[in-house]
Amino acid sequence: MPERDVPPRWDRTMQQRLARGEAAALGELYDRFASLVHGLAHRVVGDEHAADGITRDVFAHVWEHPDSYDPGQGPLRSWLAALTTRLAVRRLRTTETAALARGGPGTPEDLERTVRHASVAARADYIVQSMPAPLRAALELAYFERRDYRRTAMHLGVTDDEARRRLRLGLQLLATAHDSGAPGAPPGIGGAA
Amino acid sequence: MTGHPGEPYTGKAGTRPANGPDGMPLVLEHHVLTSLLGAWALAACAPAEAEAVEEHLGDCGDCADEALRLREAVGLLQRPESLDLDPGLRTRVLDSCLERRPPRVPVPEWAVAYDAETARLDALLQDFGDAEWRAPVRLRWYEADEASSRRTTVAGVIAHLLTVDGLVAVALGLDDPLGDAAPARPTPSDRTETCWRTARLPPDRSVRAPWREQTHALVRTVSFTGDGTGRTTVPYGDFELPLHDAMLDRAFECWVHAEDIAEAVDYPYDPPSGRHLHRMVDLAARMLPAVLEHRRLHGLASPVERRLVAAGEPGRSLRLEIEGSGGGEWLIPLDSPAAKGSAEHEVAHVALDGAEFCRLAAGHVPPREAAAGQEGDRAAIRDVLFAAASLSRM
Repeated sequence: MPERDVPPRWDRTMQQRLARGEAAALGELYDRFASLVHGLAHRVVGDEHAADGITRDVFAHVWEHPDSYDPGQGPLRSWLAALTTRLAVRRLRTTETAALARGGPGTPEDLERTVRHASVAARADYIVQSMPAPLRAALELAYFERRDYRRTAMHLGVTDDEARRRLRLGLQLLATAHDSGAPGAPPGIGGAA
Repeated sequence: MTGHPGEPYTGKAGTRPANGPDGMPLVLEHHVLTSLLGAWALAACAPAEAEAVEEHLGDCGDCADEALRLREAVGLLQRPESLDLDPGLRTRVLDSCLERRPPRVPVPEWAVAYDAETARLDALLQDFGDAEWRAPVRLRWYEADEASSRRTTVAGVIAHLLTVDGLVAVALGLDDPLGDAAPARPTPSDRTETCWRTARLPPDRSVRAPWREQTHALVRTVSFTGDGTGRTTVPYGDFELPLHDAMLDRAFECWVHAEDIAEAVDYPYDPPSGRHLHRMVDLAARMLPAVLEHRRLHGLASPVERRLVAAGEPGRSLRLEIEGSGGGEWLIPLDSPAAKGSAEHEVAHVALDGAEFCRLAAGHVPPREAAAGQEGDRAAIRDVLFAAASLSRM
């Protein structure tokens, strides 16, 4: 993914350009992050149309309030992911609450469970996308392509030891999706706000 | 802990034949067992190793906790969400943003099509693997009224767009992507051939980043220079275009080649939005009178039948009716670029779909097969259709 390994200077410049009201900067921001934003939103709400709306709200928020992002606090990418998850979870909670009020199936506890699962799933997605590429590649080979760790090692051109290390470390990172406010998780991305 | 559902695990090595390499139960050191936890959780180790890990989990609380945690994490691995964003979403999102907070530095209206088309092409390239980047593409255009073509790859097409967009970059004072290798006569095809010839290796996916950076730099630069560049022209070697038209021309070429690429890799690709298509058709319609005159001078179009028309006066005209989204009507003066198109002097009428007209102007449709509806002066219709095809180039 091209948006990783971007120097923080890019984030700072982008924030300044947005603050100056440069429409071209908004286009570049969209080009770099729309698939991340839309993908996370879709993972939470599970609906294409709603994910489109959340994508619109996320970019509108950044465009209208460029100063709400502080480059000193971390990468723009994490901040956008956190904002997306927050807005998506809020939307999910609103629609589920409305369905419940209309006499839909389920209990308030079910609703909480649904919301919690959705935000953990979004957090997990973000962790997988943001982890170092060698870890992600090892997980993909072992899980999606069902290779054992020795064939994973061979495919990656690393030792068996290294393949085992990558699989374990990758899963350890992924497991933090269950801890809201876990270290390494972007601020705010955890809370089912 | 049962590692592999469906396989009853007794926890006693002796009740199941151990299958270490030497037929003996595997005895692994603690640090090795720990290092296997990830692979074990993913069911990605050898059966003997899995058995040794599971044996160990019964005795070691720390490892058992971690094993449980990693197993749960495996459940969170999901295939990435489809990245096929609705290509129309970009315009809707940006428009909605700009409505809420009007930009202090807008993208000029004449550069919006370029911004949108380059974004659409970039989204198409997003998920391409090496095989797609190497997929063969045949560039097609009309030269001296004959269909011409040139073989390249998907990456070669992007290199072509990068080098020809570079003409606009140079006109704006930005770096030339060809650097010192730029040929003296900057025609699109000379520049492209130079780029392909001087590259140490055939173009590959690495061409995407510089192409995209340049497209962003162009949009950004024209946003700042805006109307101040009203008189900037972009030299194409054989002719030149005002900056506004050059940006439209590049938007058009970007779409045409995006279609070439999409066809090569068998992806669907829609025509531009109506408002952008309309501007592209308009550019071609405005270029046609001069092209007709040029062709007439070279004996490629019918001679003027009546007296020459004075500048600004109405002259014999062809009504070009473009149907569908982005359509409209254009009156093309036939006898002189200085004449005014005139409904009263209409001698012929051609009707076709907007995207189809653009494919004609791109040299992708033979002129004889282009128009859906034609009536009136056959020679005039033939001249205009061939002139439209002659707008195409590599």
